[in-house]
Amino acid sequence: MITSIASVPLPVDETLEIKKNRFVPEDGGNGRRISIVTGIHGDELEGQLVCYEVARKIRENPQKLLGTVDLYPALNPLGIDSITRGIPGFDLDMNRIFPGVPDGAMTEYLATRIVKDLVGSDLCLDIHASNIYLTELPQIRINELHKETLVPLAKEANVDFVWVHGANTVLESTLAHSMNSLGVPTLVAEMGVGMRLTPEYAKQLTDGIFRLMQRLHIWEKEEIQVKEPIISENPDEICYMNAPVSGLFLKKKKHGVIVEKGEEIGAILNPYTGEIMESITAPSKGLLFTIREYPVVDEGSLLARILKREVEA
Amino acid sequence: MEKELIYKIPSIYRDDFRIHGYRFGSGEKTLCIIGSMRGNEYQQIYTCSQLVKTLKKLEQEGKLCEEKEVLVIPSLNPCSMNIEKRFWPTDNTDINRMFPGYTLGETTQRIAAGVFEKISAYKNGIQFPSFYMPGKFCPHVRMMKTGYENVEKARQFGLPYIVLKVPKPYDTTTLNYNWQVWETDAFSLYGTSTEQLDEESAQEIIRCILRFMEGNGILKEEVTTPLESKVFSDREMVSVRPHKSGIYKSMVSVQERVIKGQLLAYILDACEGEIIEELRAPVDGVVFFEHDKPLVYANTAVIKLLP
Ligand SMILES: [Zn+2]
Repeated sequence: MITSIASVPLPVDETLEIKKNRFVPEDGGNGRRISIVTGIHGDELEGQLVCYEVARKIRENPQKLLGTVDLYPALNPLGIDSITRGIPGFDLDMNRIFPGVPDGAMTEYLATRIVKDLVGSDLCLDIHASNIYLTELPQIRINELHKETLVPLAKEANVDFVWVHGANTVLESTLAHSMNSLGVPTLVAEMGVGMRLTPEYAKQLTDGIFRLMQRLHIWEKEEIQVKEPIISENPDEICYMNAPVSGLFLKKKKHGVIVEKGEEIGAILNPYTGEIMESITAPSKGLLFTIREYPVVDEGSLLARILKREVEA
Repeated sequence: MEKELIYKIPSIYRDDFRIHGYRFGSGEKTLCIIGSMRGNEYQQIYTCSQLVKTLKKLEQEGKLCEEKEVLVIPSLNPCSMNIEKRFWPTDNTDINRMFPGYTLGETTQRIAAGVFEKISAYKNGIQFPSFYMPGKFCPHVRMMKTGYENVEKARQFGLPYIVLKVPKPYDTTTLNYNWQVWETDAFSLYGTSTEQLDEESAQEIIRCILRFMEGNGILKEEVTTPLESKVFSDREMVSVRPHKSGIYKSMVSVQERVIKGQLLAYILDACEGEIIEELRAPVDGVVFFEHDKPLVYANTAVIKLLP
């Protein structure tokens, strides 16, 4: 059943609503609940296809549903509809306003409604799709504060990589941090690239979601193979490569491959002169889990991230 | 006065990104002033440019103390202002969310780091920020309550109000916060406007800075008169919020004193023109902040009263 979890009248003849679709078995089920949220960033669309796949599979196999599945495809509906990353009209990153204040501005009010509605979930999954600049290997990102609870769950999410990162004051205002602080285990998935869909990733994460649903007794047992993810808890293992000069970046490697030390990942080109301004080479061997997709770069723009480790792709 | 290059990034498609500063005097690093950090902070760059002009004149008249160094940087972000965009052109990041910066990081982190390296050693730091909500303010000094804030010194500006703000998580990456942590006495000076030029407000801010310079021995002789400030916490302000969205029609202006029950604004139905809500003052007070856009969303704090 599709319901509205927050509703705000807009100035001219329109109402902003955040909607969710709830799936429950006919008998009401066992009360266990998973919430799949996405679309906080209006330019990240990979989660749309995941929601579609999850909804489709439940519709096709309703007898297998044992608990409650809540799908929230668009936490920032105005952003998705206007190709805007933040909340249009406010130029504000929606993932920096949680948990919000109930009597605050529209944005703060929406944040409180979202948090309130998610409370009570046994698990929440917040699906992101990087941004328009970078392509990401399917991964779960976990704040080290919550790793004890979340790493065992992330291992079943069928992602390639689990990145446990350091605590950071700014990240305290994200949805995931708010939910985890309230005792709702919340995983953040990052995969693919902004403004595009990657069907094989949607399929992959959907399998992970059904596996997690089995673990929570929300879905009947069935055979689902999940990948054993690479888990990184050491920040020194992550190598960031930033553009040494401004120019046109041409990538030479696909994300997800193993690169050798010194191997060329891409090059920054000068379209005026035909010269290669800089060849970008891997500073060490490892897994290329992030690569620049958007070609125009400023000095400092992130080009790639490598997990420095002896791993198999 | 010396004009100097503070930071530069070579660009391929447009002119190099340059931040210039204007240095007065040399020796003890006494005061650094930052104008606009975002591309829509027109009043901020304007005020700063008028300040450069004023200081240049005072220097020529021999009224500035040569042993005290003052650095003025009118804009940290000319390339966004030139294309009328608030944040960084390529990735929409905010330089004022990147401090203290990181020299090996992303573009705006590098800019923040490059600038911070040049400005962190000053004893006093002033910036002209803008509020994330569009609106007009009573001129005031705003300081983050970090435990390092120097309220007594803030009185030297003689602005009518000093606001102490309790920092939120996202405030920890602002220039003001990091200046304080690095032991600079940091002050954010708010004039009335951001996107519209307000001559009177610019001149008032410049007078306040000259007053501050007198207080800190940068000016050799008195050019201004001292004024009293009222100190209060941002939590003391009373917000007035409409329950409905629509066209916003104001009946008051900033700095006006209002009494409890006084009509402050109307909300009109955007299609039928009828008044759908009247906003009235919940307390006696001064209009400290006022929304200045034609449309309003329900629940937005359109007016903040200082009781
Ligand atoms: Zn995102």
